[in-house]
Amino acid sequence: MKIGLLYSRIRKDEKLLLAELRDRGHEVTKIDVRKETFDLTDAPATFENLDLVVDRCLATSRSLYATQFCEAYGIPVVNSHETADICADKVKTSLTLAGAGIPTPATKVAFTTKSAMEAIESFGYPCVLKPVVGSWGRLMAKIDSKSAAEAILEHKATLGHYEHKVFYVQEFVDKPGRDIRVLALDGEPVAAMARHDDHWLTNAAKGAETTTFELDSEAESLVEQASDAVGGGLLGVDLMETDSGYTVHEVNHTVEFKALNEAVDLDVPASVVDWLESTVGMEVMA
Amino acid sequence: MAECVECGADVPLHNDLESGEIIDCATCGVELEVIDVNPPVLDRAPELEEDWGE
Ligand SMILES: [Zn+2]
Repeated sequence: MKIGLLYSRIRKDEKLLLAELRDRGHEVTKIDVRKETFDLTDAPATFENLDLVVDRCLATSRSLYATQFCEAYGIPVVNSHETADICADKVKTSLTLAGAGIPTPATKVAFTTKSAMEAIESFGYPCVLKPVVGSWGRLMAKIDSKSAAEAILEHKATLGHYEHKVFYVQEFVDKPGRDIRVLALDGEPVAAMARHDDHWLTNAAKGAETTTFELDSEAESLVEQASDAVGGGLLGVDLMETDSGYTVHEVNHTVEFKALNEAVDLDVPASVVDWLESTVGMEVMA
Repeated sequence: MAECVECGADVPLHNDLESGEIIDCATCGVELEVIDVNPPVLDRAPELEEDWGE
């Protein structure tokens, strides 16, 4: 296949993917989105004859627009714009998960510091305040007291960016020192790892220790449901264990898999490319 | 080897270099972006502007 890879930074994840694609003889066009201009009807020259585009843009706005243009040009893109649109926004993700009946942490959204304070008080302490758009656990706050809540809300109100004017308040899930990251291909779990950390933000990017994790049927089913709900594709589904089962708290559409690749025996990039070839490749042939 | 545009130190490069890749200068710590591979050209990496990654 002739595959375009959209990027603005090549990380270890993209290198693994590029190496696997090239090893199998696919013709790969690396497309630095910073260099492109997108016409409403005519695809940029770099997109000519592509069978498939894989979106690995890290910047959310670039990912959202670039996937939309690919679809307008009639070029299949992984992940789809719909999936990116839902996954890039925590409010949309939460609404989608809840709407599909998937267990997800109790969440409230407020637009002013006053109503945010009410949301926080309704959960009690500790609870969690997150930016609606954000990654790697940045700018997330675990709020332990009313005075902490007041300080954080004041900071956010002062910081100014409009995305900080949307207050996403969530119950604190008292998980057993780990959370679970599942890489799924159209809902089919490929590999899973548990990220252990004493700190409440168990994020591989923040240096949490990772081990391979065996999914039970309940977790597998939730991963499939979550993937279907957001429109499928190559996804990272984040689960936490609670007393009453799993809860899905995030679905990532530009999933990082280097940590997973190191944590499990499976060759993750090879599985991803298998899937691109079979599922997406079939559509291309059709 | 390539030269760090920030501090001038030699930056060792691996074989599977990709344009768009980010490399840290071990001497001054600045993030460098690989602009070209053959021959290798480095420049200062752009700042993180908005949400990046997952
Ligand atoms: Zn330097």
